[in-house]
Amino acid sequence: MKLSFPTILVALLFAFTALMLNVTPQQAEAEYADVVLNEYSEDAGMRPVVFPHWFHRIRFRCKVCHGDLGFQFKAGGNDINMVKIIDGQYCGACHDGDIAWSIENCELCHSGMPNTPTQVHHSTVSQLAGKLRDAAEAADKETEE
Amino acid sequence: MISLRARAIASIGLLAAVLAVFVHTAVAQDNPNAFNRLMKPPSERNSPPESDGIHDPTADGTLMLQPPQESFAGLPKSRSGNYVNWSKAVENGLVTPRSDIHNPDALPIVLDLNIVREVKGSMPDVVYPHKQHTQWLDCSNCHPAIFIPMKGANQISMASILMGEKCGVCHGKVAFPVSECRRCHSKPKPVDQP
Repeated sequence: MKLSFPTILVALLFAFTALMLNVTPQQAEAEYADVVLNEYSEDAGMRPVVFPHWFHRIRFRCKVCHGDLGFQFKAGGNDINMVKIIDGQYCGACHDGDIAWSIENCELCHSGMPNTPTQVHHSTVSQLAGKLRDAAEAADKETEE
Repeated sequence: MISLRARAIASIGLLAAVLAVFVHTAVAQDNPNAFNRLMKPPSERNSPPESDGIHDPTADGTLMLQPPQESFAGLPKSRSGNYVNWSKAVENGLVTPRSDIHNPDALPIVLDLNIVREVKGSMPDVVYPHKQHTQWLDCSNCHPAIFIPMKGANQISMASILMGEKCGVCHGKVAFPVSECRRCHSKPKPVDQP
């Protein structure tokens, strides 16, 4: 077989396509308790915020944020905006350029996948709600048929 | 001139090998009778931000964030959640989270008081340790909004926990989930009298 340029090109294209098909990301494998916050972000043209609980609990006990700083135990249950943050409330209590990097590092927090709703990842409640929703949809389908 | 042709053959051979590996993986994933079909394989745990599905891999910030595996390498393992036993990590001093934003030396106010809750059915009774909880939390985080601070005053069921109430405010969201039955149901029932 003669290895002409087009043969090699086709082989390369084929291999590349196969690679892309296999490498595309699958389902969300976010860390347990990662919180996505998207109450205001995307409406304001920014990516949603991802808050990693694991990173913060290594540095602070729960009570620091969920007591001293007044964070409610509920994703989306705290009315947080950038004005409050620059005034030192909520995230701004630490993200001040002293304890932690300050607010000009927009993308370090606003790094979420677009169209991701506010949620706690891998929470038992959301898993159960997902199952109930799937079951309800399946039942609806059955009644239609 | 050997080099050009040899190189071409070699690269096509390499591509074919890579292709074969990927096709094989794809087929293995599609096997309808594969073991642990619904379980997440250990290789997919603690993904780095750029491939965890909730961070945008095209955001510059995503690539600057710490991959969890790097952080968890030296911490005690568990079977669920972050696959880290956080209580043990704090107890053994492997992590030293602050109790006060500004003062790294402030110590938590720890209360060493166990509450035994007798449960219906065959499960072992629950021992609630204030100690491990006050390592992380203030009294006011739970009392009185979530739990009335009086023995016998709180109705708790697994159903309410699963729906995110009572213990479920944290357990199943950020603290270990209910699949770790025996970490709470840890006191065997007294043996029945003959």
